[in-house]
Amino acid sequence: MKSYLPTKFIIERDREQCISCQVCINQCTCQAHYFDSQDNEVYARPEKCVSCHRCVVFCPTGALRVRRNTSEYRDNYNWRPEIVDDITKQAESGGVLLTGMGNDKPYKIYWDHLLLNASQVTNPSIDPLREPMELATYLGQKPDSVQVGPDNTLAKNLPPQLKLDVPVMFSAMSYGAVSLNVQHSLARAAAESGTYWNTGEGGLHHSLYDYAESTIVQVASGRFGVFADYLNAGAAVEIKIGQGAKPGIGGHLPGEKVSADVSLTRMIPEGTDAISPAPHHDIYSIEDLAQLIWALKEATNYTRPISVKIAAVHNASAIASGMVRAGADIVVIDGLRGSTGAAPKVIRDSVGIPIELALASVDSRLRQEGIRNRASLVIAGGIRNSSDVAKAIALGADAVYIGTAALVALGCHVCQQCHTGKCSWGICTTDPGYTRRINPEIGARRLNNLLRGWSLEIKDMLGGLGVNALESLRGNRLHLRGVSLTDSELEILGVRMAGR
Amino acid sequence: MKDLARVNNPYNEGKVIDACSIFGVMDTSGKRFDGSKITTAIGNMHLRGNGLGGGLAAYGIYPEYEDCYAFHIMFLSSKGRQETEAFLKDHFYVVYAEEIPVRQLPEIINPPVVWRYFLRVGAEKSSEENETDFVVDKVMTINTRLSDSYVFSSGKNMGVFKGVGYPETISRYFRLEEYEGYLWTAHGRFPTNTHAWWGGAHPFSILDWTVVHNGEISSYGINSRYLEQFGYNCTMQTDTEVIAYGVDLLVRRHGLPVETAARVFAPPFWDDIERSPGGRKELFMALRQVYSSMMLNGPFTIIIAHEGEMIGLTDRVRLRPLIVGVRGSELYLSSEEASIRLICPDLEASWIPMGGEPIIARLGEKPVVKKKSVCPGGVMKSA
Repeated sequence: MKSYLPTKFIIERDREQCISCQVCINQCTCQAHYFDSQDNEVYARPEKCVSCHRCVVFCPTGALRVRRNTSEYRDNYNWRPEIVDDITKQAESGGVLLTGMGNDKPYKIYWDHLLLNASQVTNPSIDPLREPMELATYLGQKPDSVQVGPDNTLAKNLPPQLKLDVPVMFSAMSYGAVSLNVQHSLARAAAESGTYWNTGEGGLHHSLYDYAESTIVQVASGRFGVFADYLNAGAAVEIKIGQGAKPGIGGHLPGEKVSADVSLTRMIPEGTDAISPAPHHDIYSIEDLAQLIWALKEATNYTRPISVKIAAVHNASAIASGMVRAGADIVVIDGLRGSTGAAPKVIRDSVGIPIELALASVDSRLRQEGIRNRASLVIAGGIRNSSDVAKAIALGADAVYIGTAALVALGCHVCQQCHTGKCSWGICTTDPGYTRRINPEIGARRLNNLLRGWSLEIKDMLGGLGVNALESLRGNRLHLRGVSLTDSELEILGVRMAGR
Repeated sequence: MKDLARVNNPYNEGKVIDACSIFGVMDTSGKRFDGSKITTAIGNMHLRGNGLGGGLAAYGIYPEYEDCYAFHIMFLSSKGRQETEAFLKDHFYVVYAEEIPVRQLPEIINPPVVWRYFLRVGAEKSSEENETDFVVDKVMTINTRLSDSYVFSSGKNMGVFKGVGYPETISRYFRLEEYEGYLWTAHGRFPTNTHAWWGGAHPFSILDWTVVHNGEISSYGINSRYLEQFGYNCTMQTDTEVIAYGVDLLVRRHGLPVETAARVFAPPFWDDIERSPGGRKELFMALRQVYSSMMLNGPFTIIIAHEGEMIGLTDRVRLRPLIVGVRGSELYLSSEEASIRLICPDLEASWIPMGGEPIIARLGEKPVVKKKSVCPGGVMKSA
């Protein structure tokens, strides 16, 4: 069938600068460049281009530009190009449209409508270059009070805690969805920066057990790679109920990606599809979740905090309250912008709620019920920079997970082709030809640099607020003001309008 | 419900900001002395206030009623007084009541009426709850539900005297030279908004705990949200209220020793905790992990007092001044050293304590002169 889809991008090649070295051909995983031996020239197949910029970055003479195709549809607010293209694709394929990354639609990004405070006159700002500035964060259940013995020593130890030197962890990205080299980069950076990476639902490859102390192991509905040693290997266990990119549905790893190594780690036959059920079939209600939480606590002998991750959905605050009462030590909420290796486009773009609103209402609800100390609150989904982190913490988060931002640090250019398995940056693929493109040593260095830069920026913001420890910003919504927000939005966020 | 925030905070700021002078003096032998000494001392720091709030707390002033809760209550109308007196009679035995005698002064304009009530809690009235919880609950009710009434203090054998004016004027107004106590604290206020209200002055008090405070708590937003979980309504939207409730929660309800509570308000840095010897590391770690939302961050010096004990504390990087002076059984705490030397020229020792280090004076324990000082030898050399 002839495809009626228009070409999305145009590849411009500066003939004066092109030396026909064919680097673009080798780098492109979509065959958008080819060499014509008769002409002794490199040409483009623009219809194949996804604008990942791999060729642009690697062209040794800077001869390449990728532009949006200038041939425009007639303007129509209702029948926008994306909508026309989607209908065309479905008419040609008859299937569910798949996509990668997070929701790319223009829903309001509340981070961009929140502003932080700073000290002037009545209190001094603190200079992080000259004064100590503390970011250390402990995740896990905290008792209502500290019990002190007669000799003024601690009478009762606290439940297990995760110590974070920086309040940013790496989101769950499973082996299979991302390559082993990506996981090695994340694990190494987490260990070196004093934070945690998350295995995702694909088990823990034997080569990563060295980083177990910096690892959060995940248990999802497919139970891939879950066994006693795995549960006890990590610093914490996370039950994945849902994911912001695709609330209500499970993970899907196509059989082509299930190589021998993936098969070994996931404990499934080579070449079979790894399809996680939409729900956990042992969790049809909150009391079932409690059973799994306590089963995992038993399995790890009460030495590990148990985390539960859900997607931010309409009644997230009521669900979170139930999760805390069911025994979760860490509650993770993954928002509308949360990313994925593959999800139905319609789900990614239409299901869930913005993380800022979910976070604010969950934090408020847990406080109203007097159980906020019983679990730490971690958010995920679309955190882009250190100010997003600071604002999330001011709204009430204990820490954040980053996924896309970490992958961008590794080279990702957010071309949203994760589901194709042809990631030219070697991130979201298991093709051995492409995965070599990530060098774990360099990858870890890039991730460490990112975390270091964010830490320095967060310290600057804290110092400006006149505090020298992150816990004094945590949940301190008085240090936030809203701009261009409605009364309802301000009320849910628990933030005053700027000027008030 | 009465909206105290609207009285205390007419512009509806996130919280009320002010700065101040503070002074505290205690004779740990229990010897009582009159209020003229501290009035001289706080008066010497006149320029640190702006006349929009001053107050003093005194301990040991009502020995004849030492078993009774001494309620100092301010009334803005006689209707408010009738309502509150009926409420008190419903819940307590009123042993004695009188209007607090005052001296009319031209500087004191349009003062409210302040009464004191000596109250006992009947066994049957507090049967469902612990007696102190009962009293706290009644104070909260008067402050938030009854009209035109506000409780200055509610502890035994102590009282708070405060109002709009310089602290030395307030002291003369309430004739504090006629009272004798073993522990006095005082406060002169410099609020940054012009509105002044008698209830908004320091000291703040709940039961026999009083707090005077100089500084701004930048962590106020989370401190107040944390306290709300335990049923404290921060109706006044001031930093000091948060400290008073924090002390009540940690010491009275959670049973922490005062020194330990001080480590919650001004915790050691994580690096220092890591290096702490013995069981202190585990204790300090647990305190910071559990009470992270109760850490007071931003510049502050506070003097907390209750029966038989006075505690001075600064934030952990010492962004507000505190000077300690010792002579025999007397311990002095002040924003400025000159004020101490004015009333006690023959000090044995004076020093600036380290940031976050609690200075504690306790009845029956001779004050300890600390070796460690930010500025060895003190700021002013003895003659």
